[in-house]
Amino acid sequence: MENNKIRVALAGNPNVGKTTLFNAITGSRQHVGNWPGVTVEKKSGTKIYKGYEIEIIDLPGTYSLTAYSMDEIVARDFIIEEKPDIVIQIVDASNLERNLYLTTQLMELQTEMIIALNMCDLALERGDKLYLDKMEEILAAPVVKTVASRNIGIEELLDKVIEEKNNEQYHGHEIGYGDEIEGMILEIEKVLIADQELADRYPLRWISIRLLEGDMNVMEKISKSPASVAINDLLDSIDQEEYEADIADKRYETINAIFPQLCTRCNVKLSKSDMIDRVLTNKYLGIPIFLALMWGAFELTFAFATPFTGMIEIGFTWLANIVADSLQPAWLASLIGDGIIGGVGAVLTFVPNIFILFFLLSLLEGSGYLSRAAFIMDRLMYKIGMHGKSFIPMLMGFGCNVPAIMATRSIEDEKDRLITILVVPFVSCGARLPIYILFAGTFFGRQAGTVVFMMYVLGIAVAVASAKLLRATLVKGKPAPFIMEMPPYRVPTLKTSLIHMWDNGAMYIKKAGSIILLGVVIIWLLASFPWGIEYGSEASYVGMIGHIFEPVMEPLGFDWKITVSLIFGFVAKEIVVASMGVLFGVGDNPEALTQSLIADPAITALSSLSLMVFSLLYMPCVATLGVIKKETGSWKWTLFALIYGVTIAWIIAFIVYQGGKLLGY
Amino acid sequence: MSEITLDTLKPGDLAKITKVRVKGHTRRKLFDMGMVAGSEIELIRKAPLGDPIEFRIKGYNLSIRKDEARQIFVHII
Ligand SMILES: Nc1nc2c(ncn2[C@@H]2O[C@H](COP(=O)(O)OP(=O)(O)OP(=O)(O)O)[C@@H](O)[C@H]2O)c(=O)[nH]1
Ligand SMILES: [Mg+2]
Repeated sequence: MENNKIRVALAGNPNVGKTTLFNAITGSRQHVGNWPGVTVEKKSGTKIYKGYEIEIIDLPGTYSLTAYSMDEIVARDFIIEEKPDIVIQIVDASNLERNLYLTTQLMELQTEMIIALNMCDLALERGDKLYLDKMEEILAAPVVKTVASRNIGIEELLDKVIEEKNNEQYHGHEIGYGDEIEGMILEIEKVLIADQELADRYPLRWISIRLLEGDMNVMEKISKSPASVAINDLLDSIDQEEYEADIADKRYETINAIFPQLCTRCNVKLSKSDMIDRVLTNKYLGIPIFLALMWGAFELTFAFATPFTGMIEIGFTWLANIVADSLQPAWLASLIGDGIIGGVGAVLTFVPNIFILFFLLSLLEGSGYLSRAAFIMDRLMYKIGMHGKSFIPMLMGFGCNVPAIMATRSIEDEKDRLITILVVPFVSCGARLPIYILFAGTFFGRQAGTVVFMMYVLGIAVAVASAKLLRATLVKGKPAPFIMEMPPYRVPTLKTSLIHMWDNGAMYIKKAGSIILLGVVIIWLLASFPWGIEYGSEASYVGMIGHIFEPVMEPLGFDWKITVSLIFGFVAKEIVVASMGVLFGVGDNPEALTQSLIADPAITALSSLSLMVFSLLYMPCVATLGVIKKETGSWKWTLFALIYGVTIAWIIAFIVYQGGKLLGY
Repeated sequence: MSEITLDTLKPGDLAKITKVRVKGHTRRKLFDMGMVAGSEIELIRKAPLGDPIEFRIKGYNLSIRKDEARQIFVHII
C-alpha cells in the first residue's frame, strides 16, 4: 500500500452540494442542479494536496443506506463494498435532522468519517447557530464548515482528510436501540460470528441491525452464509414490521435528543421559498404559470437568437461564394462549397439557439422549479400512467435526450422508468430545432413561431399518448408512490449556467465538426458519383438510394432528396439539415439554402410540415438508441423504440400530408 | 385525542404522527424521509390538481400522494 494515496468518497443526501464540492476540490465541471437526483453515476477525480494524492469520488445522493433506485444502489454499493479510506458525508446545515439520519447509519458501518457541514451560508443567514465542538464530540467525527458554492472551507476539509488518514485509531459512536432490540442484535451477532468471512468484511453489529430492519441487500449476503438457517429462525420469531419502525423511530429519537445541543434553529414562519411557492404552485395560477414559463423559454430561444443566426448565415453564404469563385479544380470547390460549407454551415447556423436553449434549461434546473413542475404535474402524469418524477427527465429532454434518459435512474420503480425511457425520445431535443427553424422559417413566414411551438406540443402529446398505450398493453401496472423532497428555491449561479451552456454548446459544435462533417462528406461523395454524372442528380448514388425508399415516403410528400436526408439523419438529427445543405445548395453560385428550398417545386409548405412532423418523431438518433440499450439492458426494447418511432412518425406525417391535401393545401 | 389521517389536514394544520400503516418498500422509504411516529408534520399546500400534498417535516418540505397520506395516522396539536 502506498501511503500517500487516499481514496475519499463524497456521500450524503441528494441535493446537499456533493457535486458542487467535488467540482470545487478537483476543478471538474460535473453537472450541478437544484433538485434531488442530478448525479446518477459515480465520478472520480484527483487532487494533489500537500504531497498526498487524494482520489475523490462523487456519489449519487441517498437518504439512507437502503437503496430504492439505481442511482442509490451505486452510492450504497460503493460505500459498503468498496470501502473507501474515508467517507466525507456532506450534510446540509440548513436541514440537519434528516441529514443526520444517514449519519447514524454510516456510523454503524464504522467507516472513517468526516462531516462537511455544507450550506452554512443558508443556515447562518436564517439565524441558526451551529455548535461545531459539540457536534464533533457527539458524532465522534471531525466536522468542517463549508460553503461549496463559494469555495469556502475546502482547504480545511482536505487538511482533515490528511489528519484522519494518519490517525490510525477508529473512534465511533453508536446508537442504542433499547433492551429488546439490543437483545436481538446480540443474539444475531452470536450466530454470525461463525461466519468468519462475513465478520471480516462487515461490522457484525451493522449486519445484525440491517437484518432486523429487513434490508433485502443484506439478507442476500446472508443467504449464502452457513449461518443463514439459524438467522432465519431468529428473524421468524420477531414482528419484522414492528422492528423496522422501532429502529427508524429510535434513530430519529436519538437525533431529536442530540439536536438541541448541535444547533439552535431560528424558525422563520414563512421562508422566501414558501412565498414564491404561494404563487408558483398556487391552485389557480400554478398550471397557467407553468405553461407561460414554457412558452416564454421557447420564445426566448428564438427571439434572442434570430439576429445571430442571420449573421452566421450571411457569413457562410459569403464564404461559399468565395470558394465557388476561387477554388480549383471544380470538384474541390464542390466538396468544400456544396459539401462542407453547405452542410456543416447549415448546422452551425443554429448554434445561437442551442446556446440559449441550454442556458435557459440550466436556469430552470438551478432555480429549483423542476421539482415544482413534477409536483404540479404528478396528478396528470398519474392519469396517463406515468410518475410525476418522470416529468423532470422529460423537461431535460428538450436539451438532449441522452442525459434525459440517464436521469431516469432516479426513478425508483422499474416500470415507471422503462416507460419514461421509451417516451423521452419524442420530446423534441435541441438537434431537431434546426429542422423546424429552417423549414418553418422558409415556408411559414409570420406563422413560423406557432408552427415550431406546435411541434413541441406534438412531441409531448405523442409521448403522453404512448405512455398511456404502453400502460394499457406492454407495461401494465400503476405508477409507484410519489415521495419527493422539495428543495428551497435558489438563485441559479451565473457561473453554473454559463458552464452548462458552454459545455453543451461546444458539444453541438464538436458534433458538427466530427460526425456531421463525416456524414456530409459521405453524402457529397454519394451525390457526386458514379463518375461523370451531374452533381446531386437522380443518377447519382444518392439518387439511387433515395429512389429505393421513395415509394414508401411519397405518401408523406417527400421526394428522393428529402428521403435521403432523413435516412442519414438517423445518425444525428442535425444531419437532416446538413444534407439538405449539401443536396440543395447546388449550382455555381450557391445561394442561401432558404432560397433553394423555395425554388424547388418538390417542397411545399405542406410537405415541409409533414417533414417536420416526421423528423420530430421518426426514430431516436444513434446516441439515444445506445443509451436506451444501456439503460434498459435489452435489445428488445431498443428495437421496439426504433420500430415504434418510425411507425408513429409515418402514420402522423401521413395524416398531416394527406389530410392537408384533402383540405386543399 | 382523536386520530385522523394525514390527508384530512388543512393547510397550516400542525400534527404529530402516531402510526404509519403504509406497507412494503414505501413504508421504509417514508421512515427514511423522517415520517416516523412522534414526528411533527404540517400540511403546507396541495398541488393545483389536489394531489400530491406538500408537508413540512423535520425542517424540510416533502410531498407525497393522498393514497399514502391516507395510511398515515396523526393527531392535531
Ligand atoms: N447556498 C448554497 N448553495 C449551495 C452550496 N453548495 C451547493 N449549493 C447549491 O445546491 C444545489 C445542489 O448542488 P449539487 O452539487 O448539485 O448537489 P448534489 O448533492 O450533488 O445533488 P445530487 O447529485 O442530486 O445528489 C445547487 O443549486 C448548488 O448551487 C452552499 O454551500 N451554499
Ligand atoms: Mg451531484
